[in-house]
Amino acid sequence: MTVADEKKALICLIAGLLRDCNHVAVGAASPIPGAAALLAKAAWGSPMHVNILGSVANNFFTGGGGELFDCAAQGRIDAFFLGGGQIDGSANINLMGRGDYPKSNPRWPGTFGSAYLYFLIPKVILFREEHSRRTLVEKVDFISAPGTSEEGIYRKGGPFGLITSKGYFRFDKNRKRFNLVSVHATNSLEDILDNTGFAFDYLENVPVTPDPDPQLLDLLDRQVKAKIAEVYPNFSNTIFTVTSPD
Amino acid sequence: MSASFDIVSIDDLAKTIPDGAKIAIPADYAGVSMAATRALIRRRAQGLHIVGVPTSGLQAELLIGAGCVTTLESSALTLGEYGPAPRFTRAVREGTIRLVDATCPAIHAGLQASQKGTPFIPLRGILGSDVLKNHPDWKVIQNPFSDGDDPIVAIPAIRPDIALFHAPLADRDGNVWLGRKRELVNMAHASMTAFVTVDAISETSLFETEEKAAGVLPALYVGKVSLSPNGSWPLPFWNGAKGDDAHMRRYMEMAASDAGFNDYLERYVFSESAMA
Repeated sequence: MTVADEKKALICLIAGLLRDCNHVAVGAASPIPGAAALLAKAAWGSPMHVNILGSVANNFFTGGGGELFDCAAQGRIDAFFLGGGQIDGSANINLMGRGDYPKSNPRWPGTFGSAYLYFLIPKVILFREEHSRRTLVEKVDFISAPGTSEEGIYRKGGPFGLITSKGYFRFDKNRKRFNLVSVHATNSLEDILDNTGFAFDYLENVPVTPDPDPQLLDLLDRQVKAKIAEVYPNFSNTIFTVTSPD
Repeated sequence: MSASFDIVSIDDLAKTIPDGAKIAIPADYAGVSMAATRALIRRRAQGLHIVGVPTSGLQAELLIGAGCVTTLESSALTLGEYGPAPRFTRAVREGTIRLVDATCPAIHAGLQASQKGTPFIPLRGILGSDVLKNHPDWKVIQNPFSDGDDPIVAIPAIRPDIALFHAPLADRDGNVWLGRKRELVNMAHASMTAFVTVDAISETSLFETEEKAAGVLPALYVGKVSLSPNGSWPLPFWNGAKGDDAHMRRYMEMAASDAGFNDYLERYVFSESAMA
């Protein structure tokens, strides 16, 4: 599998998780989730509505930048994606920076809408390609958004699962722990254990993530490519071959 | 036609933005006035309080690098696919700017409170985050309509001195057309005044048709307009221009060092007025 093939496999895996959604929103700088949402819509017509922030052609909001958040607060968004420079075993995420705030080093862009959307969108999929002890930590240095809240705190949404370049986890809200669902074909349980900074539940004979459906891959190459290029031109160039000199 | 509204040059527009001003600026996708940003750096603006609505990118990065900014109030500063913003990252590491880190809907809510002339707007979420812990202005209050415990975050009004952005079109009366970029309307309503750079001037009123009027910010809210074609360069513009990818890559290379960043300012900011 080439790097491009691995990214395409992630896109197909995520697309499958969005099939039961009506409205999926995708934030800035999320090319793989963005591609997955567009692919799911193209493949199954479900989600019916896909909104990509920063896109002109794939954003139907007319109420301004605040509409996304109002939609989320009213329960009109079914799925969203969050990432972070650090994610911990309780699904807390850190988009702010490593080290002691405010003099973070390095500083990352900032919290964006995560401190809000994590509470209000039912299916928040955590996505972070880099799977290492640097990114998947025991405890985040800064909580941009908490994975769980105490009783009595208004919370309609939260973490559904975590997808990395190595595996797919689900989050158990009651146990406040991740559970490894599958290991991607190019990886192993041993490698995941070596490279995960937090404890999680798993079976010794954990399944392998199924290969992407060839029809879905074909659709991605034929129909979704151009839409992705509009929003994420550089990303698009890395996964779709522009010209083949040899 | 009697011109009641003065359309000014970009450097004159920047001169009327005082040092220490609190300036609301849009995210990179909503129409950033990079022309005004360069003019602010040329006039060596100082002590600005920048409010990213709800985030910022190259605009705040350049202003921070050029030493124009005291406070950055924003939910993020991102250059998207180009990677970490070099001048911003450095300023944070060295503690040379004051950070008021927020979350996107709270910036929108703060502006909406200002629009309505109310002291605050309550917002769900946020509880238990370190953003709340570190924010100087937000308070947790009890929902007065709930019988049981129901904590909720009160976001006080954000009232900028100036909303500064780029739009496609203004007419001779100072009305500005901004399509469906309603966050620009919110920014302008919430601020004392709006300074707008535009790609073109319409010789007929923007209120002539209802289709056009639906996307108009009325002159009531507009303080200054400057004609700056392609004024969002090198950023993309929702109404036309593509981002200048080669230039952004060059910026990332040059801004990696202090000397390189100064060369960048010399070449693309300080010598720009000579070209204009």
